[in-house]
Amino acid sequence: MTMLHIVNKSPFEKTALDSCLRYAQQDSAVLLIEDGVYAALRGTSLSEKMRRALETVKVYALEPDLKTRGMDQSRLLDGVELVDYGGFVDLTVAHDIVQSWL
Amino acid sequence: MKFSVLVNEGPYQHEASDSAYHFTKAALEKGHEIFRVFFYHDGVNNGTRLATPPQDDRNITQRWSALAEQHNLDLVVCVAAAQRRGIIDADEMKRHGKDANNIAPGFRISGLGQLIEAGIQADRLITFGD
Repeated sequence: MTMLHIVNKSPFEKTALDSCLRYAQQDSAVLLIEDGVYAALRGTSLSEKMRRALETVKVYALEPDLKTRGMDQSRLLDGVELVDYGGFVDLTVAHDIVQSWL
Repeated sequence: MKFSVLVNEGPYQHEASDSAYHFTKAALEKGHEIFRVFFYHDGVNNGTRLATPPQDDRNITQRWSALAEQHNLDLVVCVAAAQRRGIIDADEMKRHGKDANNIAPGFRISGLGQLIEAGIQADRLITFGD
């Protein structure tokens, strides 16, 4: 049984991603949407922590929300996979449990 | 697969109403079933037909109504949250002696039991909010 964690808060404002990563089990997935996509950037104070997280969990970012904020794949940490809304739906199908960290 | 969607945040507040709409639309386009979209807390503000955003901005309520009409969606607004925020249908208008109602086409007002049922009947309940 695998779990999809959805994080929609900027990690530089709220602790939702922190809490999520503390509980996320090996081979679960984290989907970053809305302001959550800032966690996927390279060269931030969070990048090292995300690199470690990427060793145990899959990390996805919602491309439309990334583009809305003026960024693209070139700014992302290696290993972060971009999905569109269709990909978002597919992720919720592929994981038995979906948890939004509001 | 059968989905239910929960919206806990008002339109134009942050992004949850937009995310919920785009997710719902994408799920329908992929052939999935949307059992219900439930609007709770400030999310009930998605259901007023009186909102008039600028013409060059998206109209979040009309967008829901159009999607509901196209796909026969069940858009349910929580009654207790709605009463607090002045979201009212014709029945509630009569019951409370108000002079108007504002529920948008495709939306209906009902109780929290509808959220519980949505969670039980669907394979996945996806939550959007702030």
